Parts: sequence; structure tokens; C-alpha cells
Amino acid sequence: MFTIVDKRKMSPEVFRMVFTAPYIARSRKPGQFIIIQQGGDYSERIPLTIADADAEKGTVTIIFQAVGAATHQLALLDPGEAIANVLGPLGQPTHIEKFGKVICVGGGIGAAPLHPIAQAMAQAGNELKVIVGARTKDLIIMEEEMNKISDDVIICTDDGSYGRKALVTEPLKELCEQWKPDMVVAIGPPIMMKFCTQTTKPFGVPIIVSLNTIMVDGTGMCGGCRVSINGKTKFVCVDGPEFDGYAVDWENMMMRLGTFKTQEQKAHHHCHIGLNIKEGEA
Amino acid sequence: MSHTIEQLDAEASVLLAKYSSNGLKNKDRLAIPVQEMPSQAPEIRVNNMEEVALGYTEAQVIVESMRCLQCATAPCVDGCPVRIDIPGFIALAAKGDFARSIATIKDSSMLPSVCGRVCPQESQCQLTCTVGKVHKNVDKAVAIGRIERYVADWEANHGTRSIPPVLSSTGKKVGVIGSGPASMTAAADLRRAGHEVVMFEALHKAGGVLVYGIPEFRLPKRIVEEELHTLSDMGVKIEYNFLVGRTATINDLMEREGFSALFIGSGAGLPNFLNIPGENLIGVFSANEYLTRSNLMKAYDKAKAGTPLFDSKKVLVFGGGNVAMDAARTAKRLGADEVNIVYRRTSEEMPARREEVVHAHEEGIIFKYLHAPKEILGDDKGRVTGVKVILCELGAPDSSGRRSPVEIPGSEQVLSCDTVIVAIGNSSNPLIEKTTKGLKVDRKGHIVVDEETCATSMPGVYAGGDIVLGSATVILAMGQGRKAAKAMNEYLLAQEKVGGSAT
Repeated sequence: MFTIVDKRKMSPEVFRMVFTAPYIARSRKPGQFIIIQQGGDYSERIPLTIADADAEKGTVTIIFQAVGAATHQLALLDPGEAIANVLGPLGQPTHIEKFGKVICVGGGIGAAPLHPIAQAMAQAGNELKVIVGARTKDLIIMEEEMNKISDDVIICTDDGSYGRKALVTEPLKELCEQWKPDMVVAIGPPIMMKFCTQTTKPFGVPIIVSLNTIMVDGTGMCGGCRVSINGKTKFVCVDGPEFDGYAVDWENMMMRLGTFKTQEQKAHHHCHIGLNIKEGEA
Repeated sequence: MSHTIEQLDAEASVLLAKYSSNGLKNKDRLAIPVQEMPSQAPEIRVNNMEEVALGYTEAQVIVESMRCLQCATAPCVDGCPVRIDIPGFIALAAKGDFARSIATIKDSSMLPSVCGRVCPQESQCQLTCTVGKVHKNVDKAVAIGRIERYVADWEANHGTRSIPPVLSSTGKKVGVIGSGPASMTAAADLRRAGHEVVMFEALHKAGGVLVYGIPEFRLPKRIVEEELHTLSDMGVKIEYNFLVGRTATINDLMEREGFSALFIGSGAGLPNFLNIPGENLIGVFSANEYLTRSNLMKAYDKAKAGTPLFDSKKVLVFGGGNVAMDAARTAKRLGADEVNIVYRRTSEEMPARREEVVHAHEEGIIFKYLHAPKEILGDDKGRVTGVKVILCELGAPDSSGRRSPVEIPGSEQVLSCDTVIVAIGNSSNPLIEKTTKGLKVDRKGHIVVDEETCATSMPGVYAGGDIVLGSATVILAMGQGRKAAKAMNEYLLAQEKVGGSAT
């Protein structure tokens, strides 16, 4: 039973949920993810990143944005209720070692899975700088947590409502010029990760990105998550989710995310209704 | 030219009245025509997901059973991977004693309602059947699979499903990884011996390929659920959402979680792609993905399902096995205007079960033989628009004994389509191998086992089904599950004796 023990609304669309999952809490490593399915014959399976876990309490923390039908349904669950199915931890853990100077860049909800990686990078003895960006102030997450592990956390918003009015690539470029990092980890929307790779490339800094593609089973069986890495087909669920940012065929990856665009738009129209009622009541 | 179930039943009843007196001679038996399987009419079934084959009527099953010559040598049994007493269960069915008939099958096979539907009988028991040999036509062999299905369904419909007895507890805990046919068989046999059995399933539903792979119209999911209920009633515990290798490793289970032995039946792994340009365009799917969306996630029920399925108009399915047939027929049912199966060889070499090929033809699936894909083409939005293929002719036999296709230079052409489904098999999933210390696999990543015992290189760990065999059949997987369970029971007993003498 994956019982929810805590739920917080971090912004109108972003939720933080803690639930019991002793095996996952014990086995998970930074960089890995889970797949949830909310029971019955018809619920979709969706991949979500792990923001944190407590092996002793046997709990896992997720931070997610209610963007589609399945995440909206998830957001409607309250403490005491259970998520029917949670599979994980999935994917390869992040390769953590002492690289020297590391920059961790998180965009939007991507700051959540970035946190355990940044934490592990700091613990491995790396000097750490963190850049967290979002569209607007409400969508900035993990600032407090990041401040605990790095003395230098740069916040940016697209609209300037909080921190610097800039895209994450601006401070990233400045740091590449002035601080000369040995490694960059970027997690966020594909377009952000793509531009991060373009920013770091002239400096020759290695960059790791974490891809969140369409998936069904998450165990390697369906191949729906495949991406082209250096011209070779790889599966995000078993070979990833992290890849060398320079090797990813970004155009193809972003294109594939739109495979079911027409069907998803239809579904999204319905699912918004329930959540709005809930918000009105709260 | 199919007939309605009423017509077929009436014809069978006439034959039954004619032959029901005892004293049937072999000549009489050989004169009885094969009983046709009543089926949903093609033009109706392409619009629904219901089972195509409706099953024999009682008169039909008795008449078909009378066709069996009861050969003393029983060549059919040699053709059966689990050596079911075929003449035995058919003789009982001919007498209308369906209860004892099904009991006879269940002595050797755990899943008769499944095997009666999905076994490739024409290349196993029915291939060696004397009646077929006399008629010089395997299609005229005794329809063993259809009789098996009838008696299995009879049991389910009469509420007489028996729960196999379980011996008193041995105090040993045994794990079964996966919940497909190999694992279900192993779990049942291990539980019968009195061990505590925990089955680990990665997905949110059990049944493995029987649930995510084989469509409803060929194997209704309620039948698989029924079999899983039997396991639960016996006391087998199913742990869902448990991916061995990630949620916990084999070593964790053996060393930390107190399992005395494990059976790995984790099944086929990663889908193969064509390895040609354009395979990552929008509209190219592995058959695994296409079928999993439709079967496991119920995406065919567009009004209710959260999981989307691609809206296809013109589909090309590459491959010639059962999975290719399943994908093509699913696409047709989901509303595609035109569905083609594109295969590099000819109908002769096609590995699919004969009945599925016939059904696909009846449903309007177009077969393009001797075509090999060269490149998948797309538009500026990355959506598939067609496939460049090249014509082939058959050359010398390859290592599998099948004649290999040889490309004819200059014969390239483009087949237009908006969807490509790739059904050319699977490679083994490396997860268990990579996360298990001391487990030996072969060059292709299949777990290496002892042929007689299914024992792996790790003491107490056994394996069977597709993770060992590559792509095999339900019945072969079951056979290995049974073999492994027997060896595991012996292993656990021997351990007990060692443990007993030490204290």
C-alpha cells in the first residue's frame, strides 16, 4: 500500500506528496524515477521523478506538476488515501564522483529530481553551484533545500517576478566563463536542457541531462521512450534517464513527445474540471 | 465460407445420431469430417474486441473426439511439450465425461483454457496425429486444441473448477519472478508441495504476455484472471509493482528477505527495431508498445482509457509471427482503413499460428510477402509517410533452416502509410543479469540453465520461459516452469535433510 502521509500544494499546479514505499525508499538512488498507475483498468501509467526518500521511515517524496489527466487525478488524492500502484526505482542512478566544480541547473519541476543529485554531488566532495529557474515566482521550488547544500544558489524567473529576470542559460554562461566548472547537470523541460547544452558546449564542459519521455511499462518492454543518442537508439527507461547532453538528438526527442498530442488535448479538457472544483472547496 | 454455430451444431447432431452406437471402426472414424470452429463473422468481429473463435458445441466436441483413433503409440503425446495424455482426455470427451477429461489434462498442464486457444497445435500434437497423416493433410488431424479448449471451458462454466490440493507447510519461502505462463506453472507446482510462494510482478496486473501481449479477441482476459484466482485460492501471494533487479535484487531476496529458492520467469525483454533510418519517427511503434497500450492499458476503449493510442489510417506491420498478426488485427479493430503485413519471406516460412493467419486474411489484412524494409520516410513534422522497401527472392536456407530472403537490386519501391508497427521479436532484458552477482547468461543475454532441471549457475536459483528460450510458446514456457518446480522441490527437500542432520 502506497499510502500518502503528507501533501502540500507548492503553487497552483505544483504538489509535493510523501507516501509509504519501503522498498523504493531503501533501494532508490539519485537520478532514478518511478511509474505510478492509479488502479482500475483504465488509468494511465506515468513516469515521475523522485525528489527525496527516507529509508528509515520507508517514505518517498515526489514533486509533480498537474499537467495531464493522470497528474490531475494524483493531485486529488489526500493523506490517508493510497496510490494504487507505484513501480520503482527505475532507470540508472546518476554517476556520482568527485569531479571538482559542479553546476546543477534545474528548470521548473526539474529542480525536484535535481535536488538528490546535487546533494550527492556535494557529499562526494564537489564544489557546488545551483541555478534554479522557472517561468514565474510561484513555480520556483526547492530553493530552501538547495540553500542547505550550496552557498551559491541562483534563482531566475522568465518574468522577473523573483530573483534574476533571466533564463537559466544566462548565469550558466557566466559561470562557465568565470568559474570554469568541471561538470554540469541540467534537468528541466527539453528545450531548456537543449539550450543548456548549447551554452556549455563552447567551454568544453561535460553536461548530463535527464530525459522524461513517453513511457508505458518503464521496464524496457515497450520501447516507446526511445531516443537517439549519438545516432544509436537507446531506451530512456533502462539505458537512461540520464545521458550525455551533447549526444542527444533533441529535435527528434521533442518531436516524439508530441506523438499523442491530439488525443492528450482532448483528455486534458475533461480532467481540469475536477481539480478546479477541489480548489474552490479548499 | 463459414457457417453459423447453429448450422454447425445441427450438422454435428446428425453425425452424432449416426455414429453414437458403439462399435465405430477406424474406417468410420476417418470418414467423420473435421468439425469447423464456430467463429464470429469477419465483418462483425473487426468492429469488436470479443473473442473470434466461439468454441465447439457439445455435439461438435463429441463428434470431433470420435475422430481420434486412440493409437497405441500415441504420436500426438510425443508432439506435446508437456506430454498431456491426449488419447486419454479425448476418449473421455467422446463419452461426454468432460469432468474426467479436464482432470486428465490438468495432470500435465496448468493452463488448458489458455493452451487450447494459443498453442500452435498444427506444429505440435496435431502435426504428428495419425488421422492427419492418413488424410495427408495436417488440417485434417484431430482438432486436439479445440477439444482441450472445450473441456477447459466446460469446467469454468460449470463452476466445478477445482483448487489443487496443497501439502502441509514446509516452512520454506520460495519466490517466482514474473507472472506469465512459466511462472504461473512453477508457482502452482511449488505451492502444491507446501512451500510459501510469493510471485513478483513488475506491472500492475499479473499474467505477463497473456495479459499485455495477446489480445482479448484471441484470449479473453477473464480466462487469465480465472487461472490467477486459482493460484490465489491455493495461497500463492502476488506482489505487484515489484521489479526484481530494481525494487530488490536477486541477491537481496536470497540473502536479506529469506527466500530459500527462486524461479526467474521474467519473460521476453526489449523489443527489436528494424535498425534502418527513420525508426524513431512519430508513428513507428514496437508491437510490444502497440499491444501493451491496447491490451494492458485498455486503450482500445477510447472513451474510458487514460492511455492514448495512435489514430491510424494506413498501417504497415513488419514481421510474420503471432505478434505481427495480433498487432495487425488490433489495428484493424481500432479503425484503420488498410492494414498490411509485410514479411521478407513467403507464407511458407511464416512462423505465425495457422489459424491466426487465416483469421487475419478473413478480416481483410493484406499480406505483402518478399518485401524487406530499407528506410522509414517522414514529413517535416517528423510523422511517418511511408516505408521504402525492396523486393526479395528466396535463397539458400539459413541457420534456422528457413530459406533466407535475397534482395533484388533495383526493385525498391515506397509503400505509403501513417503507422509502422515493428514485430520482429525481442532481445533479452539485461536488468536481472546486470544486477545479480553470479548469474550466468549466454551471448544473447539468455539465462543459462541445465536442460533437465532448469537450474542456473546460482544455487537455489532456477529459470525458464522466454528469459531462457528467447521467443518461445506458452506451452514450452509452462513445460520449463514445471521442470524447474520439480527440481526446486527436490533441491529444497535435500536442503532440509542437510539442515535436519546438522541440528
